[in-house]
Amino acid sequence: MDFDPVILARIQFAFTVSFHIIFPSFTIGLAAWIATLEGMWLWTKNDRYHLLARFWTKVFAVSFAMGVVSGIVLSYQFGTNWSRYSEVVGNVVGPLIGYEVLTAFFLEATFLGLMLFGWNRVPPWLHFVACLAVAIGTTMSAFWILSANSWMQFPAGHEVRDGIAYPVDWLQIIFNPTFPTRFGHMLTGAYITTAFVIFATGARWWLAGKAVDQAETAVRMSLGLLVVLVPLQGFLGDASGLSTLQHQPVKVAAMEAHWGGEGETEGPMPWVLFAWPNEAEERNDYQITIPFVGSLILTHTLDGTIKGLKDFPEEDRPPVVIPFFSFRVMIGLWGVMLLTVVYGAVQWRRGRLFAEGRYLRFVAMTWPIGFVAVLAGWFTTEVGRQPWVATGILRTVDAISPVAAGAVLTTLVLFVLVYGIVFSAGIYYINRLLAKGPQAARGDVDDGATALRPLSAAHDAGRKAIQAGE
Amino acid sequence: MDVDGSLWFDYYLPLIWALLIGTAIVLYVVLDGFDLGVGILFPWTRHEADRDQMMNSVAPFWDGNETWLILGGGGLWVAFPKAYAVIMPAVYLPVMFMLLALVFRGVAFEFRFVSKPNHHWWDIAFAAGSTVAAFFQGVILGAVVYGVTVANGQFAGGPFDWLHPFALMCGFGLVAGYGLLGAGWLMMRVEGPLYGKARQWAVPLLGALIVFIVAVSIWTPLAIPGIAERWFTTPEIYWLWPVPLLTALFAWTAIRGVYAGRGLQTFASSVALFLLCFAGLAISVFPYLVPPTITIWEAAAAPESQLFLLLGAAPMVPIILMYTGFVYWTFRGKLKPGEGYH
Repeated sequence: MDFDPVILARIQFAFTVSFHIIFPSFTIGLAAWIATLEGMWLWTKNDRYHLLARFWTKVFAVSFAMGVVSGIVLSYQFGTNWSRYSEVVGNVVGPLIGYEVLTAFFLEATFLGLMLFGWNRVPPWLHFVACLAVAIGTTMSAFWILSANSWMQFPAGHEVRDGIAYPVDWLQIIFNPTFPTRFGHMLTGAYITTAFVIFATGARWWLAGKAVDQAETAVRMSLGLLVVLVPLQGFLGDASGLSTLQHQPVKVAAMEAHWGGEGETEGPMPWVLFAWPNEAEERNDYQITIPFVGSLILTHTLDGTIKGLKDFPEEDRPPVVIPFFSFRVMIGLWGVMLLTVVYGAVQWRRGRLFAEGRYLRFVAMTWPIGFVAVLAGWFTTEVGRQPWVATGILRTVDAISPVAAGAVLTTLVLFVLVYGIVFSAGIYYINRLLAKGPQAARGDVDDGATALRPLSAAHDAGRKAIQAGE
Repeated sequence: MDVDGSLWFDYYLPLIWALLIGTAIVLYVVLDGFDLGVGILFPWTRHEADRDQMMNSVAPFWDGNETWLILGGGGLWVAFPKAYAVIMPAVYLPVMFMLLALVFRGVAFEFRFVSKPNHHWWDIAFAAGSTVAAFFQGVILGAVVYGVTVANGQFAGGPFDWLHPFALMCGFGLVAGYGLLGAGWLMMRVEGPLYGKARQWAVPLLGALIVFIVAVSIWTPLAIPGIAERWFTTPEIYWLWPVPLLTALFAWTAIRGVYAGRGLQTFASSVALFLLCFAGLAISVFPYLVPPTITIWEAAAAPESQLFLLLGAAPMVPIILMYTGFVYWTFRGKLKPGEGYH
């Protein structure tokens, strides 16, 4: 059987990078969350923050390990699978990755040791500093990798000589036009992902009657953050979309399955709610549209329009089906998040956040929502960049290594097997940690403290009633 | 080469970067060497308490140690993209096997702990992952030193070009060397029965490493004419003769260290042996990055790219070394049996 080495290399990279992004999406926010908890503990001396910090550090350790090992793979795949890419854009993208290693990877990896094992070795303030260093490291890492990725989306500050990209202005390269909105969008996405895991886990503990005090703290803190971040993400996503429309119009045309051409060049533009993009015949099948909404979203007017796919040469168009659907998955999940947190905020304001078992049971199931949204977003933007690996400079088909297809296929199969095992085990262990709850963070402290407070007894009775019936 | 004016950068920047990447690789080999070595030694004891102690002795450091591998690989890409683009496809399979092995042993640190008492498979993952990763690192080194087929600036060989006896021998040599570093590390860091075991393990490992060093020293000049010329002609021979002499000296202090039970001496001598081997290889292949075709100047990135990252590396590498040193200092001293994880 003959395999196309380009397709194999792409599947392999898509698989390894998708697997990897799951962990940073979680650990970027989790590092900040642990640092916040520890800061709160140092400030208020309230032990529940300490216990929560101890608990989430364990979850962090398992997730971070998977992020590290899957990240090292990526740093080598540039050379093993995409050697032409390394050569053509190495002068520009290479130093950005180099700065990521120097300012982020070492910081997080080294202070991780203190964070996980230093509880009894260093004073609390220094442990807090270590947590901060890890949190700063994860954020710096996101900064550099988004800068490099955004440069590939819309290169700037460079010149091409003999087919090789050379740097001209580093500030323009690092802060390339699509970078600020994409960085903000991703960082917020990571915080939302983490906050939903904490929110869902808090609800889960509360329903199970585990560490109720800490569960309520976790629910309140995460919901409080989400009420701000989820609407903010709407603005950042919109800004990111507008920036994409300006710099990569063909990607937006694909995301919206907007073919344009004859009779469709005039506004107002409807929004395609559902369709099956038919790339062979350059039209949508089974299309359901909402009038005016397309113009509203994309141009912030009632009658504006954008270029359609037919306005671009066929060889410069990305595939349509994947960006179209993954974009809709992302938007749809954002809608679910928004409803969830707005409803929660209203209930909280009415003092009924912990009065409805049904809502908390729903919240307990929302933990994967951020992960799926982040993946859907990355699928949209990365597939939407095709057929270029670095827009206008190097096409994906021209970027691969001179490696035999059989070797790529072999390693692809191995990656699927190894990551399958590691991922299943990791999820299983994390789930077990979450199910155990925060008492497991320190054996000698149980929930006895709550029972000593008279009010908590009544509180507890209400919670049990919710669990039992409703 | 003309080193005047604007050409100064073209000449010296690649040299500085070669030195910097060499430093990163040496630091990687020494630092991750001992923690991979501890993994290699894992199957040599069946006692649960020993294994816990072994793993705990490296658990706070492994992640930071492994980051030097990213700096080595990443640095090669940044500073010498043309060499990176040839070497990585040439050793495609060994690199991938090494990475997959590192995945298993990396997650084993956490998974072994959280899966207790059902962690048998993660013991295997840790030991096998460490051994396989070390082996393929040796294979990669051996394959590159032995020479890579290049045509038109691209790798032009087959997927199994690296599969030759010399590379395989380097693989086994590195497993023995890392094992020795691991044994030396344990002698420094633990007490009780495990200390005695580590001392016993060091004996065959040191023997194997010495045999390997001698074999490489004989094999490479015989097989590769350029290397023979480098070492055995004047005037090079006048300033190269201390290398084998120092190697013999540190082999002797390592032997003394093992027999006298001195952990620090054993570990430091093993590190010195590694440094000398590395220096020897560097002398053998210099100025080639991809022997025998691409030199460090031919492979160099644009000077503006090399300079830009160098401006960051100059302050950052010392800072990294300082906080790395601080973390090691925090966890100094002998690890007591049963000392906690998390």
